[in-house]
Amino acid sequence: MSGNRSRETDPVPGLFGAPAACDRRAFLKAASWPCLAACAGMVGASPGVPLFALPAAESDAQFIREAKFYEKLPFKKTKCKLCPRECVIDDKERGYCGARENRGGTYFTLVHSRVVTAHIDPIEKKPFFHFLPGTQAFSIATAGCNVNCKMCQNWEISQVRPEQVRSNYVPPQQLADLARQNRCPSLAYTYSEPVIFYEYVVDAADAGHQAGVKSAVVTGGYIQAEPLKKLCPHVDAVKVDLKAYSEKFYKEVVNGELKPVLEALVTLRKQNMWTEIVYLVVPTLNDGEQEFKGLARWIKSELGPDVPLHFSRFHPEYLLKDLPPTPLETLERAKAIADAEGLHFVYLGNVPGHPAENTYCPNCRRIVVERTGYSVGDVHIRNSKCKYCQQNIPGVWS
Amino acid sequence: MARDPRLRPSGGNALDSSRLLGLLDRALQALYDCDSPVEAWKKVVHPGEVVGLKVNCLAGRGNSTHPELVDAVSERLQQAGIRDIVIWDRLNSDLESARFRIAERGPGRRCFGNDVLGFEDELATYGSVGSLLAKTLTQVCNAVINLPVLKDHGIAGVTLALKSMFGAIHNPNKYHLTVGDPYVADVNMLPPIRQKVRLHICDAATAQYEGGPSFMPQWTWPFNGLLVARDPVALDYTGWQIIEKKRAEMGMKSLRGLKREPTYIATAANEQHRLGTNDPSRIEVVEV
Repeated sequence: MSGNRSRETDPVPGLFGAPAACDRRAFLKAASWPCLAACAGMVGASPGVPLFALPAAESDAQFIREAKFYEKLPFKKTKCKLCPRECVIDDKERGYCGARENRGGTYFTLVHSRVVTAHIDPIEKKPFFHFLPGTQAFSIATAGCNVNCKMCQNWEISQVRPEQVRSNYVPPQQLADLARQNRCPSLAYTYSEPVIFYEYVVDAADAGHQAGVKSAVVTGGYIQAEPLKKLCPHVDAVKVDLKAYSEKFYKEVVNGELKPVLEALVTLRKQNMWTEIVYLVVPTLNDGEQEFKGLARWIKSELGPDVPLHFSRFHPEYLLKDLPPTPLETLERAKAIADAEGLHFVYLGNVPGHPAENTYCPNCRRIVVERTGYSVGDVHIRNSKCKYCQQNIPGVWS
Repeated sequence: MARDPRLRPSGGNALDSSRLLGLLDRALQALYDCDSPVEAWKKVVHPGEVVGLKVNCLAGRGNSTHPELVDAVSERLQQAGIRDIVIWDRLNSDLESARFRIAERGPGRRCFGNDVLGFEDELATYGSVGSLLAKTLTQVCNAVINLPVLKDHGIAGVTLALKSMFGAIHNPNKYHLTVGDPYVADVNMLPPIRQKVRLHICDAATAQYEGGPSFMPQWTWPFNGLLVARDPVALDYTGWQIIEKKRAEMGMKSLRGLKREPTYIATAANEQHRLGTNDPSRIEVVEV
C-alpha cells in the first residue's frame, strides 16, 4: 500500500497502543491490550480522543463466518469465487490469502471483526484527494492479502495468517461507534487488503451508514466482478492500487494479474463509485515511458479523464530492498506524460511539499485544494465547483 | 526402500510396531552400511543434540505420519544417546488430529506445533520466497529428521520430503502457485532447513495416489513401506514414480496429463539449488 503504512499515524489509543520507540514488527506483535498497560507512557493519544477499552480476542470462534462467495465441490473441496485466483481448497486448507479456510467442505472467513491494527489517519494518507478532504478516517485492517507484492509496506500484517498476529474483536457496530466518537466521518479499510475481509467490510459499512459514517476501501482491486458489484452499494469510495500497467510486473512482482484489476476499475466506473488510482512507481520495474503513456491512455478511454491518478514514490521494503527510492524526476516525468494524455487530476505522492499535491481546476488552472503532505490548506470548491470559474470538480466533497 | 507385507497384522490400519521398527532398522543399516541400527543412527545425530522430528499431520489420523513410526525413531535416537526429542508440525491441533499427544515441556520427548513458539521476526529469503521460519526449527532443534508421507497433492502433484518443509514457514499458502515451482525448492534452500535436516524417512505404510493432501481412503493403498534417504530430491523423485505407477495401474491420467507434474523436483536438482539429484541413472533404489 503506497504511502499508507500502518504505523505512521496515531494508533487508536486503548485499542492499539503503539509505543513510539517500538519497531514496526514489535508494534504489530504488541497490538493488543496488554501492550497498553506495558507501554502506557508512550502511547500517543490524539488530543481530544477519549480513551476507551476493547477486549482482546477471546477465541477464534468470534471471527468465523461462512464466506459469501464460493462453490462447494466434491470430496469436501471448495472453490473460492471472491478473487480471480479462484483457489480450490481441500478440507482444513486455506486459500492464497490465508484468511479463508475450508472446514469440512464449508468455506469460512477467519477475520470478521478481527482487527489487527487501527489508526486515525488523514484521508489524504490513503490517499484520497477528492473524498472528504481534510478529514480523518478511522482506519483498520485484518491480517492477510490475496496478492504478495514484493514491495509491500505492510507485509507484517498482509502476509501473515490471522492467528500469527494479535488481534482485537471489533464488531461492526463498535467500529462505527469508534469512528463517530473520534469524529471521523469515514471508515477506511486499508493497510492489508479489504477484499479478503469482504464480509466484515460490508457489515461495518452498513453499521457506519447507520451512524452517519461513510466507508472508503483501499484495495488492490483483485476481485471478481460479482462480489465487487455487490460491494458497491455498501461503500462510498474506492482507491485502487494499480501496481503496474504490465502483466509481466503483475506476474513477477505482485503474484497476480493485471487484467482483472483493469476489469474491476471498469466495473467501479459503471457502478458510479467514486474511484481514485494510485500507481507506485518502482524504479526499473514499472517506470517505462510507454507504460506511463499506455496507462494514461487506458484510464482516459475506459474511465474518463476525471479519475484522479496518484503517482507515488517507492521506498525499499520487504523483498525489494535492493532498489533505490523513486527519483523525483521519474515521478515528474510520469505526471507530465499523464497530463499530456489529457488526464485532469494527476498527483504525486510521498513527495511532501511538491506542487503536484495540490488540486488544480482543469479549466482555470487555479489551485482549488491546497495540500502539503497530509495537511490540507484552503479549499476553493463550492457545491462541487471551482469557486473561481464554476468548473465542476468531481469528487465527494462533503 | 524397506517394505513388509505383514506390517498390518489385522489387515486394517493398525501397524505392527515391532515390524515397523524392523523396517526402520533395515533401511538405516542399508543406507549407512552398518551392522546395527544404533551404529547407523550415531552417524546421523550426536549425543547432546536436540533432534526435531518433523511430521506431516495435515491429513489427520487417516494418512499422516504414524505415531508408531515416530516411536520407533525415538527409540533408536534415545539408544544413540539423544535425550531431547521434539516432535513438531504446523499446529497443535494438527498433531492431535494425527494421534500425537501435546507435551510442550520436557524432559525427554516434547511435542508441539509452530503455534506454541511462533516464528522468527526476520524474513528468511531465497529466490522467490520470503518467509518467517518456525522458532522450533531455528531456536530449538540442532538437527531435524523429516518424516513426510507418500501422497498425492492436488496442486503440487505430490507432497513428500521437499514439500513437507512448508510446515516450517509462516506463509505456505503463498507458495502453491505454478505447481509449487520454484517455491518448494526455494523454501528448502533457506539455510536453517538446508543445514539442519539430516535425514528423510517417508512414511509409506499407507500411500495415496489421488485426492491429496486430504485423506481420501478410496485412493489409498497399503504400500507397507518406508522410503529413507539423505537426498530429498532423490526420495521425492522415487516417491513420485511410485505414485505415477499406481495411478497408471488404476487407469488414471499421469500428473503431467493433469497439469500438476511436480516440476519443483527438477528445480530442486538444478544448478541453482543442487539439493540432490532427480536423475534416475544416479539414484540407486535399494530394496531391503
